Amino acid sequence: MEWIFEPWPWYVSGPLIAIIMFLLIFIGKGFGMSSNLRTMCTMCGAGSKADFFDFDWKSQRWNLIVVAGAIIGGFIGANLLTYDLSVAINPKTIVSLEKLGFRSAGEAYLPAELFSWNALGEIKALIILLVGGVLIGFGARYAGGCTSGHAISGLSNLQLPSLIAVIGFFIGGLIMVHLLFPIIF
Amino acid sequence: MRSIGYLLIGIFFGIVMFKSEAASWFRIYEMFQFHSFHMYGIIGSALFLGIIGVQLIKRKKLRSFFGQRIVFVPKEKSFSRYMYGGIIFGLGWGLAGACPGPIFTLIGAGFLPILIVFIGSIFGTFLYGLIRNKLPH
Repeated sequence: MEWIFEPWPWYVSGPLIAIIMFLLIFIGKGFGMSSNLRTMCTMCGAGSKADFFDFDWKSQRWNLIVVAGAIIGGFIGANLLTYDLSVAINPKTIVSLEKLGFRSAGEAYLPAELFSWNALGEIKALIILLVGGVLIGFGARYAGGCTSGHAISGLSNLQLPSLIAVIGFFIGGLIMVHLLFPIIF
Repeated sequence: MRSIGYLLIGIFFGIVMFKSEAASWFRIYEMFQFHSFHMYGIIGSALFLGIIGVQLIKRKKLRSFFGQRIVFVPKEKSFSRYMYGGIIFGLGWGLAGACPGPIFTLIGAGFLPILIVFIGSIFGTFLYGLIRNKLPH
């Protein structure tokens, strides 16, 4: 059972994600995480500002429970199922990150430059996290889904719109990492 | 009772996101550098089984645990919303290194600055709702 404390390889993780999707399908629901963000807007009263949020959020209560579970799962994964939080990325990746000024590459789960307590005092890090979040939320709703809704659920159902969205995800990600990172960091 | 089912599925999902390292900013950067097969293996193998399973459900007309018909709603046809929305999402995914599922996972894992990403994503969703009528879909 020691393997459970090690990082899980792709050929274990990928099939487990498929199982999660099928469990939700067989319960009569679907796998999609970003729609919860819309539900949360509605819960905060956004329905009075835009029709888009004017719906009965209680119909999405089940998905909010999945979110609560994902938070608990993150706690369990980090605190009970992992000894060593470092992520063994490719040495080439570590070198390219060091050039950008990320010194925690290969030694942490997330870069200390953005996700440590100290980073919370850095205006630049805060702006990066906030802008990243805004793009994620805006883009996911504009595209009608995120990685779970399009790249897993939609493509599993051979949906052309999902393929277009996933191609978009990669165009955006590649532009960010290759063209914008050298300017930002 | 069903609520417990959703909670358990969510917990399982959160653990898988964390342990697969799909919730690691470094893995997302590495993926966009094409330096590792890891993330492609995760998405690819999930998709391989997903396509087979969805075809099986459709062809064998399988029913849910509660005996209802399983219906897959086709996504509405369009190009611009998926491409533009996808690119905007991808920019954020690359920058913050987390998509919506892992954002929740990382909150639980105790990386508190991810709350800034979470607040941003709520604000981004709200912004979309405000101006969606002016955007090409």
